[in-house]
Amino acid sequence: MSGPSTYVPKSAIGRWFESRLPMMGLVHSSFIAYPVPRNLNYMWTFGAILSFMLVAQIVTGIVLAMHYVPSASEAFSSVNFRIMRDVNYGWLIRYMHSNGASLFFLAGYIHMFRGLYYGSFKPPREVLWIIGVIIYFLMMATAFMGYVLPWGSMSFAGATVITNLTSAIPIVGNSIAHWLWGGFAVGGPTLNRFFSLHYLLPFIIAAFVGLHVWALHVAGQNNPDGVEVKDVARDTVAFTPYATIKDVLGLSVFLILYAWLIFYIPNYLLDADNSNPANPLATPAHVVPEWYLLPFYAMLRAIPSKLMGVIVLFAAIVVLAFVPWLDRSPVKSAKYRPSYRFFFWVFVAICIGLGYLGSQEPTEGLALIARIFTFGYFAFFLIIMPVLSFTEKTKPIPTSIADAVLTKTKTAAVAAG
Amino acid sequence: MIRVKFSAFAIAVTALVSAGALAAMAQEEAEQPNPPRLNWTFSGMFGIYDKAQLQRGFQVYKEVCSTCHALSIPFRELSDFGGPGFTDDQVKTLAATYQVTNAEPNDKGEIFKRPATPADIIPRPEAYPNDQAAAAAFGKAPPDMALLAKALKYERGFPWFVFDALPGLEYQEMGADYIHAILTGYTKPDDPQWNLYFPGHKIAMPQPITNGAVDYKDGTPPTLDNYANDIAAFLSWAAEPNLVERKRIGLRVMIFLFVFAALLYFTKKRIWEWAH
Repeated sequence: MSGPSTYVPKSAIGRWFESRLPMMGLVHSSFIAYPVPRNLNYMWTFGAILSFMLVAQIVTGIVLAMHYVPSASEAFSSVNFRIMRDVNYGWLIRYMHSNGASLFFLAGYIHMFRGLYYGSFKPPREVLWIIGVIIYFLMMATAFMGYVLPWGSMSFAGATVITNLTSAIPIVGNSIAHWLWGGFAVGGPTLNRFFSLHYLLPFIIAAFVGLHVWALHVAGQNNPDGVEVKDVARDTVAFTPYATIKDVLGLSVFLILYAWLIFYIPNYLLDADNSNPANPLATPAHVVPEWYLLPFYAMLRAIPSKLMGVIVLFAAIVVLAFVPWLDRSPVKSAKYRPSYRFFFWVFVAICIGLGYLGSQEPTEGLALIARIFTFGYFAFFLIIMPVLSFTEKTKPIPTSIADAVLTKTKTAAVAAG
Repeated sequence: MIRVKFSAFAIAVTALVSAGALAAMAQEEAEQPNPPRLNWTFSGMFGIYDKAQLQRGFQVYKEVCSTCHALSIPFRELSDFGGPGFTDDQVKTLAATYQVTNAEPNDKGEIFKRPATPADIIPRPEAYPNDQAAAAAFGKAPPDMALLAKALKYERGFPWFVFDALPGLEYQEMGADYIHAILTGYTKPDDPQWNLYFPGHKIAMPQPITNGAVDYKDGTPPTLDNYANDIAAFLSWAAEPNLVERKRIGLRVMIFLFVFAALLYFTKKRIWEWAH
């Protein structure tokens, strides 16, 4: 998609600099002249929204780290009293950060489901997709460690449950758990290393985002019709102003939701138990992770064997990386794949259902439903995708992006007339 | 159209499966009533704390709750914007009635006591210098009240928890409702530790307050219901003292974002005009 830069600096200084470091040319070819398919819908604004959220999390996080004290005795009060009350606008920064994590995941999930729906993982975008899966995994690790930092009772319980997973590994499990904790249980050393890693990982995420954007700009964007760009002049528009204005509009609508959370329901997504300080002797009656990890928590609890549960938990993420080779259908977009589209929505419902089950107290009946849903989750990838690749009767795809857009406009005109 | 039908079907199937589980759960919890949802001056988009109510609530805390419960906030917060609205002088006078141990020793190396200043944390109850002492007396240490209103919750269940996030229906006062419910939930006169709303009904705190226990100076009737309302409002403020400022800034941010998004929408339409 990206050829040699067509950027010509206008000023003498610009020409002097460009011949020594063609940075402006890179920006120009990546974010101004870069051709984007003209049929993109608003599902394609979530890449920009995610970039914004990553920067917002890093900026608010750096400010919070200036006031946070990573010690088992001080962490809780430094968050709930110093930051929330004494630091100027500390409450605002903290609510931005804690709710920002949730919205980061919300945007991430929409972005991922969009990729699954429109077949954005298919050739030539397999590497782009796998980098995305790595980013998702890093996000989960970062969010988990961030949730431990306020050192409330749910932070403590969450840290205990998740780090205890390693003890399921045969022979070396307990040693690994002790190594992770820096002691014989979750405690001060665990908190300190989680703080250190929680500060480090976002920058690694940023690096992978760089690779993600790079890979995207090599392969070019997928689009709702899933046909590749054939004629740049007819099928694409320039990134600026066409994609930029849509991204900024999508972002500003997303920010309305973000602001609603920050200013009006800031505690809605936070667990009340985390307003009690961590106490190894008083575990919350009902340990639950944040909403964005609930589906995996449901799977973990659905499996009776601890080791199998951990394997299933990680397999649920790892399976995503193999999607490009599980779904071999030559048609990308679910728009032209009626059966895949049906199973896609069943899959979405299963993920939401697993999330709900993860939030509930485990009972026999719910465990059974969780097992069925866990099976459904894996069946979508391991059975439905390969089978549909060869058996599905797809609808005819448009010959080009321009044709798809023009037919739509024509139909709309006929309908309006 | 077909897409909508398919997805609706898929979601309906999942909803049906979950509904069965839900009904089973609802039956399990029938005997444990949820705290009634009350009207608070600080609920909703424009809700703010009622100064007079917070002052009464502080009076209830000082005369009743503080016998056993700590409230680890500095005195100075009592005069902060959006709160009970005491004047700086009132807070200074109030603080001076407490004795605190100085953090640093004096020139001779002696630890000494002095009258509190507004910068000091409100001291713990004298009778219980630490949690262990309180636990020895009650079986369980009375929790610090500074964040209590944010630390209490009850299960809302599906679909209510979804509505709780929506504009106009938003529900952030669960802790206040819970505190009010507990204080008015001692409905078995022969058992002072039986509470209608406490999970399992057996609560470590014996009925702490009854009609007429506190003398209000502003003419508010000295009823248990009023005490429960006022202390719940006061503790909500103690847990979330920036609520008034937060909503005030929030309104401006919302207005800006709506105007900004509208302008961008029209700009986008203009830019894309030819491309469709």
